[in-house]
Amino acid sequence: MPSIKINGRDIEVEEGLTVLQACEEAGVEIPRFCYHERLSIAGNCRMCLVEMEPSPKPIASCAMPINDGMVIHTDTDLVKKAREGVMEFLLINHPLDCPICDQGGECDLQDQAMGYGLDKSRFLESKRAVKNKYLGPLVSTIMTRCIHCTRCIRFAQEIAGVPELGATGRGENMEVGTYVEKALSSELSGNLVDLCPVGALTSKPYEFKARSWELVKTQSIDVFDAMGSNIRIDSRGSEVMRVLPRINNSINEEWISDKTRHACDGLGRQRLDRPYVRRNGKLEEESWDGVLSVIAEKMINTSPKRMAAIAGDLVDCESLVSLKDLMQTLGCNNLDCRQDSGAFGNPRSSYIFNSGIKGIDRADVILLIGCNPRWEAPVLNARIRKQYLNGAIIGVIGPEFDLTFPFEHLSPDLKEIKNMLEHPSEFSDKLAKARRPMLVLGSGALAREDGEAILGAARDLAERVNIVNSEWNGFNVLQRAASRVGGLDLGFVPKTNKDLGTREILRAAEKKEIDVIYLLGSDEIEMDRLGDAFVIYQGHHGDAGAHRADAILPGAAYTEKNGTYVNLEGRCQRALRAVFPPGEAKEDWAIIRALSERIGKKLPFDNLLQVRERMSEVNPIFSNVNKISEASWGEFGSRGEIKDSEFIQPIENFYMTDVISRASATMAECTEVALAKKEKAA
Amino acid sequence: MNKVIDGEMGLDSFSFSSQNKDLAEVEIAKYPEGRKASAVMPLLELAQRQNGGWLSRAAMDYVAETLDMPFIKVYEVATFYTMYNLKKVGKFHVQVCTNLPCWLRGSDQVVDACKNQLNISFGETSEDAMFTLTEVECLGACVNAPMMQVNDDYYEDLNEVSTKSILSELASGNSPKPGSQIDRKSCEPIGGLTSLIQQSKEAIESK
Repeated sequence: MPSIKINGRDIEVEEGLTVLQACEEAGVEIPRFCYHERLSIAGNCRMCLVEMEPSPKPIASCAMPINDGMVIHTDTDLVKKAREGVMEFLLINHPLDCPICDQGGECDLQDQAMGYGLDKSRFLESKRAVKNKYLGPLVSTIMTRCIHCTRCIRFAQEIAGVPELGATGRGENMEVGTYVEKALSSELSGNLVDLCPVGALTSKPYEFKARSWELVKTQSIDVFDAMGSNIRIDSRGSEVMRVLPRINNSINEEWISDKTRHACDGLGRQRLDRPYVRRNGKLEEESWDGVLSVIAEKMINTSPKRMAAIAGDLVDCESLVSLKDLMQTLGCNNLDCRQDSGAFGNPRSSYIFNSGIKGIDRADVILLIGCNPRWEAPVLNARIRKQYLNGAIIGVIGPEFDLTFPFEHLSPDLKEIKNMLEHPSEFSDKLAKARRPMLVLGSGALAREDGEAILGAARDLAERVNIVNSEWNGFNVLQRAASRVGGLDLGFVPKTNKDLGTREILRAAEKKEIDVIYLLGSDEIEMDRLGDAFVIYQGHHGDAGAHRADAILPGAAYTEKNGTYVNLEGRCQRALRAVFPPGEAKEDWAIIRALSERIGKKLPFDNLLQVRERMSEVNPIFSNVNKISEASWGEFGSRGEIKDSEFIQPIENFYMTDVISRASATMAECTEVALAKKEKAA
Repeated sequence: MNKVIDGEMGLDSFSFSSQNKDLAEVEIAKYPEGRKASAVMPLLELAQRQNGGWLSRAAMDYVAETLDMPFIKVYEVATFYTMYNLKKVGKFHVQVCTNLPCWLRGSDQVVDACKNQLNISFGETSEDAMFTLTEVECLGACVNAPMMQVNDDYYEDLNEVSTKSILSELASGNSPKPGSQIDRKSCEPIGGLTSLIQQSKEAIESK
């Protein structure tokens, strides 16, 4: 390991680092604008200048690789003067509009100007002004503030995979933009705002809404896809103002999707803020007392065989375990947490992303089956893209999408899995020869009628081509519902073959064989198939479920409760409450607990801690917070025929997949822009 | 140097003539496999020539597609170099150098002559679409300053009279003689050779 001297201190650092990274390891902070650890090195802002012996001139530390015996100074007069010079030049054309700038208070330029800026300007000429650019409904631009660090350009090209941003013109006339005006076609465009070190790119929906120092910051977990991205919820009073990513290298690195970031305005619209009961075909406001009595009476007087419960995609594990316990004490096992009836098997490895999200970074051949990761988990897709750039080969079975990276399209037909099993193809050879082959099975494929057969075939293929071995398990299911893995872990599914799952519940309800259906945040099922059953809807938004409901229990959205979620790789994570539920709405597990008391089957827990103890009792993975629990391999899926039926894309519109994003005005705008773009292309 | 970034766009379709297609292939073949993008500048030049002296957006998009490059990367190149014109230019693109050596030798008169004769200012195109007048930085012919470039030809050692006559000859369809307008040979001193006289005589005799 090379040894270098920084400010008179000898340190040993890893080979291949840059001077800036070495300084960071030595605990010396280097100011920077253009350097970003997840982007390529540009070296154009010059803010990171340091002195290196015996060079007479300061060097840009972000772009200088370390060498054994290097002597670096970061605290000399020369360094200070050099940085002050750079800062003065940066500020020449930067407007002094911090008081009206959204970045104010969390601006790199502002902070560093405190350290290296002059107290007055020596520049008497006019500052340049640059026309603002249109980058879509999420990113607002004030291009006069741009300091040309090119982080946004590099992000768009390298991480998002949509090379649409660039620097046009030269010298004084250089401008960052798209040249031809258009909205960025990326599901990750919101991250540009985080990357911009100044206020040139700011969040459009959040524009002029709040100051960063007035916000209460709460650590939470995202529920818009199954990745469990780590987020920070910034709230003021009872309102969620914005959502930002938290760094978690094992999951989302430091990116989040546009839906995660910007659907939060949907939390303030169409909320269910008090209980309702349907009387004479009309929903009427009711007290908690009233609604619980109505429901309790109905549930006591209905045979457990004629009851059912379906849980939605955003539900936390606490409410899942509560509802499961309630239904089972009543003797009802018609439970399902799978609105799409996706197939799964008994060992846990059949429904999780076994290699872990971080495992993508090690895979060398990746086979995507029946999924569109760009829409089902955009941040995960960016990680696959990163691995593609590192040389991984990617194949796709199923419909073709623009995934932001090229791939071999093996077949549009899922039967190809069986073909590959029976007759080794060119691609299955590549898989077999790979060191760490990976298979990603989409939830859309598992939700088909022949999902079991697809699951079984994929499992056998995984075994055949060495995707699963003693040190590597590359059999991955790409779930897209935040509640799915948790629900399956808690056994929120039919207990035996005789009990009904979602598909059978709907069939039975159509035939009027079900009298009471409990929908726990479930809005994505076909409501018109529920027959004349008494529908209890517990949730937070007035969407399809509430529309059909006979009794409504107003619950809390993900920002309004302390919840546990298990992400697609089986990692159990806790979200903290940022704000309180609106009106009379309550935390979901507490509602179920109250109802159980009315029914006379009181659940044995009185506080969150006890609920969580109960969760650990049902499945020990719930005591293993923030970690992945190893899942053993086993037999699962059926050996049946894969049918000819056409593949149905589970997500029609990325921006609107659940009650929150459907209520969001920002997401509606994104949808419009995306549709307009699609029409223009057609 | 006011480079116009907001081009005229121009969305009419564009594709190379068969001759230019061959030339483009020659350019692309100069670079290793998978490094097609290196040929972007010569291809843009071909496109500009074929397109009447300027690059429409269709032309830039076509070059991008030919080279498998993102469109924006081609726009970046085209907006960076002043030799690519992003707006329509007249049949004759008159580029007058006003840098220091030319200015000291009287480029102001050349500029005035152009403006008066053509009745346009810098950055403008005459109504009959014959002439576009542009102010440019050094074109590397300082020895024979002042000078201007019209399309591919340099006209050097200019004054008001010679500038005007060149422009009127061009307007009437003739082709004035490029190079020095005071009949100096190449960039030799104005008053004939001043040094190495003997050697040059010998060289001529030995021929």
